[in-house]
Amino acid sequence: MDLLNNLALGFSVAFTLQNLLYAFGGSVLGTLIGVLPGLGPVATIAMLLPSIYALDATPALIMLAGIYYGAQYGGSTTAILINVPGESSSVVTAIDGYQMARKGRAGAALAAAGLGSFFAGCVGTIVIAAFAPPLTELAFKFGPAEYFSLMVLGLIGAVVLASGSLVKAIAMILLGLLLGQINTDVISGVPRYSFDIPELTDGLGFVAIAMGVFGFGEIIANLGQPPEHREVFTKDVKDIWPTKNDFKMAWPAVLRGTALGSILGTLPGGGALLSSFAAYTVEKKMRMKPGEVAFGQGNIRGVAGPESANNAGAQTSFIPMLTLGIPPNAVMALMVGAMTIKGIQPGPQVMTSNPQLFWGLIASMWVGNAMLVILNLPLIGIWIKLLTVPYRFLFPAIMVFCSIGLYTLNNNPFDVYVGAIFAVVGFIFYKLSCEPAPLLLGFILGPMMEENLRRALLLSRGDWSTFVSRPLSAGLLVAALLMIVVVSLPSIKSKREEAFQDAD
Amino acid sequence: MKIKSQRDFWAGLMFVAVGLGFAWGATFYSFGSSARPGPAYFPFGLGILLAVLGAIVLFKALTIEVEGGDPIGGVPWKPLLYIVVTVTVFGWTLPHLGMVVALPILVVIAARAGDEFHWGEALANAAVLTVFSWLIFVYGLNLTIPLWPSFLAR
Repeated sequence: MDLLNNLALGFSVAFTLQNLLYAFGGSVLGTLIGVLPGLGPVATIAMLLPSIYALDATPALIMLAGIYYGAQYGGSTTAILINVPGESSSVVTAIDGYQMARKGRAGAALAAAGLGSFFAGCVGTIVIAAFAPPLTELAFKFGPAEYFSLMVLGLIGAVVLASGSLVKAIAMILLGLLLGQINTDVISGVPRYSFDIPELTDGLGFVAIAMGVFGFGEIIANLGQPPEHREVFTKDVKDIWPTKNDFKMAWPAVLRGTALGSILGTLPGGGALLSSFAAYTVEKKMRMKPGEVAFGQGNIRGVAGPESANNAGAQTSFIPMLTLGIPPNAVMALMVGAMTIKGIQPGPQVMTSNPQLFWGLIASMWVGNAMLVILNLPLIGIWIKLLTVPYRFLFPAIMVFCSIGLYTLNNNPFDVYVGAIFAVVGFIFYKLSCEPAPLLLGFILGPMMEENLRRALLLSRGDWSTFVSRPLSAGLLVAALLMIVVVSLPSIKSKREEAFQDAD
Repeated sequence: MKIKSQRDFWAGLMFVAVGLGFAWGATFYSFGSSARPGPAYFPFGLGILLAVLGAIVLFKALTIEVEGGDPIGGVPWKPLLYIVVTVTVFGWTLPHLGMVVALPILVVIAARAGDEFHWGEALANAAVLTVFSWLIFVYGLNLTIPLWPSFLAR
């Protein structure tokens, strides 16, 4: 079996001492930032990108991946204990998890979240290992026209499922694409929009944009809000192990959540966030067993389902990034950046040219998940203590790491200034309720999209119909169009708004 | 004409302005033809598209009633200014004064952005973070970061 051989190779890479350490480091860091509200995986990974210059590609990616799925575990802890989701993907967990904590069942909720996540993580790893090779095969059949259409689908997919206004989200993508145009044109060598600033001819650093918007911008937004009163249920976390009845209730929800998350994670725009929302909606629709607690009042299924789903989704969202080189969400966009920093061109060729990296990364996810269960269940007390660190100590620390990270990108203060400018820009986006994540995706994909568009047009001698006359490309564009049409239908539109309302 | 949604109105305006700006900027580069697209081809199209979407957002903001008018709300000038100034100052101080001086300055100015500020706390935080950063970035990751003021190093 190829699958087994590949996984064996992966585990042999993942189980070296060095890689185990980095998987552990990433998981710890992920849990940490997951627990801390106001610091998400996007800002953290952006912060760490400069420091991976010193690492080899495999341990670096293993660590960054650990941060992403580790944050899914940590995020649920705060959602359950203080009703503040540490990550956006834990928003729905807070609804029932917090109610369980208020009823003195915080331990059971944490266990359901942790064990559910672990199960989902194991399945997610197998799904990636099984589906990555055939998708890679398909990707080799792609020409420039197909790649362009695929990116259109990816970008559209990334926003139809996001919250808020669709038009504004698409506009944010375009803004990102345009910011990506500040560079030197690869084909003609003409510097564009550089205003004779030499640093701008290399383009804006996406780390600087990510840190400005997600790091600094969020700090400003957080500080601008009045300090809130938090009620922490730390004393109640004693009986970690759920009862037999809890298990019976939770496991079907875990299975459903895992299945849903594994599918939704692979879609463009999918990932942890969408998966957890969808899983919660499904659980609510399921028929209630007699004697079951109502949703919104501490139903364990409302914790187990979404938590399994967000972890499965977090893992399978690696599939489009690893096989096609196309990031489905902002975290994966940063992973693409990390690979580029290490001199690896993301795309279907990674699996054949860097099998150690490819399979090692996948196997490390399973290893990391196992570590996370241990980190999060018996050691929960340590993380709870962290919640008592006041924000006024935290944000200067975030500023320090972001600023040093920005400087060391090119050993040049220019990126620091760009970060400062994007702090203001990020704050403006926040004030005008414009989601910044699609902008980052657009920015990453911009240069790739332009190159493929122009190559496709060159090949077809300027005939735009090449995008619809090639069946694969046409199919992808039709899918993108369908997505827009479907979410614009009045009945779906109100459902979509309702789903996001639940989260607030 | 009355603005129905403040946030969308300004967002729409921003999109139109930026879109037109990029499209206008593109006119300085060669446009090429569809068969041989030049450097201006892609950004010009994108800019126009963005302006069109911005116009749609604007139109909606002026016609569709939103509950409460969707106000932008007050601007927290204090954190905004402090954070931006902190980062900008750091951009200058790090290469000139080195990490040992630049980081404490960064932490102390940043801490003032919050509602609560105590000198003792801020200085202690600065000391811890500076040592920590040295351990991680200089000692651990071997990054080239200027440590001491440049006039002392020479």
